Amino acid sequence: MFSPNELSSYLIIGAILFSLGLFTVLTRRNAISVLMGVELILNSANINYVAFSHYSSGGLEGQIYAIFVIMLAAAEAAVGLAIVLAIFQIFHTIDVEAAETLKE
Amino acid sequence: MDHPIQTDYLRWIVFLPLIGAIINGLLGSAIQKRMGKGAISFIACAPVILAFGLSVYAFLTLKGLAAEQRFLIDRLYTWINLGSLKVDMAFWVDPLSAVMILVVTGVGGLIHIYATGYMHEDKAFWRFFAFLNLFTAAMLILVTADNLLLMFVGWEGVGLCSYALIGFWYQDHNNARAGNKAFIVNRVGDFGFMLGMFLLFWSFDAQGHGTLTFREMAKWASTLQGQQLWGISVITLATLLLFVGATGKSAQIPLHVWLPDAMAGPTPVSALIHAATMVTAGVYMTARLNFFFSTAPETLHVIAWIGAGTALMAATIALTQTDIKRVLAYSTVSQLGYMFIGVGVAGYAAAIFHLMTHAFFKACLFLGAGSVIHAMHHEQDMRKMGGLKDSMPYTFWTFAISVLAIAGTPFFSGFFSKDEILWLAFTSEHGSPMLWLLGVLGAGMTAFYMFRQFFMVFFGECRADHHTQEHLHESPKVMTLPLVVLAIGAVFAGYVGLPTVFGGSQFARWLEPVIAAHGEEHASHALELGLMAVSITVAAFGFFIAYLMYYRAAFSPERFAGLAGGFFYRLFDRKYYFDEIYQVIFVNGALLLARLGSLFDQYVIDGIVDGSASLTRFVSWLNGLFDNYIIDGIVNAIANITFGAGNQFRRVQTGNINSYLYGILIAVVLAIIVKLRYWS
Repeated sequence: MFSPNELSSYLIIGAILFSLGLFTVLTRRNAISVLMGVELILNSANINYVAFSHYSSGGLEGQIYAIFVIMLAAAEAAVGLAIVLAIFQIFHTIDVEAAETLKE
Repeated sequence: MDHPIQTDYLRWIVFLPLIGAIINGLLGSAIQKRMGKGAISFIACAPVILAFGLSVYAFLTLKGLAAEQRFLIDRLYTWINLGSLKVDMAFWVDPLSAVMILVVTGVGGLIHIYATGYMHEDKAFWRFFAFLNLFTAAMLILVTADNLLLMFVGWEGVGLCSYALIGFWYQDHNNARAGNKAFIVNRVGDFGFMLGMFLLFWSFDAQGHGTLTFREMAKWASTLQGQQLWGISVITLATLLLFVGATGKSAQIPLHVWLPDAMAGPTPVSALIHAATMVTAGVYMTARLNFFFSTAPETLHVIAWIGAGTALMAATIALTQTDIKRVLAYSTVSQLGYMFIGVGVAGYAAAIFHLMTHAFFKACLFLGAGSVIHAMHHEQDMRKMGGLKDSMPYTFWTFAISVLAIAGTPFFSGFFSKDEILWLAFTSEHGSPMLWLLGVLGAGMTAFYMFRQFFMVFFGECRADHHTQEHLHESPKVMTLPLVVLAIGAVFAGYVGLPTVFGGSQFARWLEPVIAAHGEEHASHALELGLMAVSITVAAFGFFIAYLMYYRAAFSPERFAGLAGGFFYRLFDRKYYFDEIYQVIFVNGALLLARLGSLFDQYVIDGIVDGSASLTRFVSWLNGLFDNYIIDGIVNAIANITFGAGNQFRRVQTGNINSYLYGILIAVVLAIIVKLRYWS
């Protein structure tokens, strides 16, 4: 059932990676750790793309999308880090629980 | 009686004085200012004199007719036509009302003339004559009405004018009170009159011919014979009720109390209203309805005895009075009692005869008293008079004639009329010797107190003060002339009613179409002469005692009064305490009722009103509570819930990124589940 020849095993890996990424996003206090989690989620999506692309038509659409995603992930990481920097300048910490000025 | 002769002029007998009253009443004040009192006098006296002329004409017309046809009517129009009640505005002159209109306009006219002199200094001259004319008009309506309802209009009218004239000098509260007393006591009688009238109409209506017209009632009188109401014969009940009315108007016991107080009015008023005319209305009414009264022997009995009682009681009171007008007032009550004795023994003609002679001599006496009062500068106490015969000759002689007449001196008018009544009281089947005896006693007392008055006023030393004595003078001609005319009447008016012994009463024969002659006396001439002799003797005795006491001063009145410890004197002087008894029972009783009513109003009615106000305030207070706590509570609660809910929702905004992300995750998962489950 988990042979490397089946689609489902790659999807499972994708799901596992997604869950780990989600868990990291939700529970880590360090802002950069949260960004690392986001990268994990994006990479899980990449795996899903490539797996589907390989086992459906045999073309290379999936791989192309995966390259777009990697590019986007890089851009997004840059922007995210810029925001973290801005937050650090205000709060003097990158603990996400410190940024609660929107608390009602 | 069924076919009276229609005329056109009878209405003017009533209307002329009425017009005089209206002119003087509405314009009198202005006329008096511009044209003086002479104009008022003319406007007042001319109608009455003209009415007298018309009355004489009507009388002569009647005389020219055959006896069964002596009925004149002036029918103006139908006044009331309502179901079975049909009442005309019609004036009726038959032998009976002819006598009355002659007396009213004749004696009334003389009194009007006299009054122009007597009231000369009074500022409200015009008001006096307006009311005097109105009174005359009302009295004429009373005596010429052809039906009971119109008679009642006149009946009430004279009561009203009596009130207005008694209280003429209303600025003095006592006079106003006297006027009130007259009217109120009269009203009690009027209530009886009305009830009697209603009963008669109702009873006739039950037989199918409801009517109030005299000639029709006379025709159908016999149909009421058997009818009963609550066990009493209807005729008896109705006649008794009507007699109650007569009691009030003619001042008999127990409604006599107003007449002495009525002397508060000017003397011409006392002469006209309370001697010659208004008080005789009761006698006239019973004579007019003689066909009823003759079929109700119980009522006649009551009438005779009340008449006798009143005659005697008033005579005893008159013995003690010292006011010159009071003596005459009680004398009037007493003489009216005689008239009712006459009615009570079914001697209606004799009663009317006495009414006529009484009008002459009593009016003369009152006007003479007025003359004396005028000369004495309004002094009315006889104890302050005396010796006036030389300074007032006309007054003296006319007064003397009238005193002789009222005392029943032979050959004067009063003798014939009074004796006729006494004779009938003895011999009629309704009468009794006892009744006659009371009458004779009263006649004796009448002689006594009238001569007492005569001697006290005109003879002896003058007891007035010096100033008044110097100014004693005879009254002007306008006042003495009526006195003379009335005195002539007082002498000669009696000759139309001679006793049977001397030829029979022409007067009674004249009245026969109206008053059926009772069966001719079956008693003997000797008895008649004998009774006459007794009454002459008794009157002479009364004169003699008065002569001894007041002319010769042989024994003093004070000793007489002191007999029996002064008991009788006090009883007579205090008028048998009638006024005091009535005051306690009726006046205080009415006041008590008024007070009870006021208390009821204060505590019960106001209590209810205030209570409902308090209740309203209480309800509104509850309302307020409700509004405050419940309504506001709901509104506040909603607001609070919203607030609380808002507070709770606010907790979502943690500002914590992690919790926001959890929220997103949960929402996406839910969306996926929903999508997978519910949408294909």
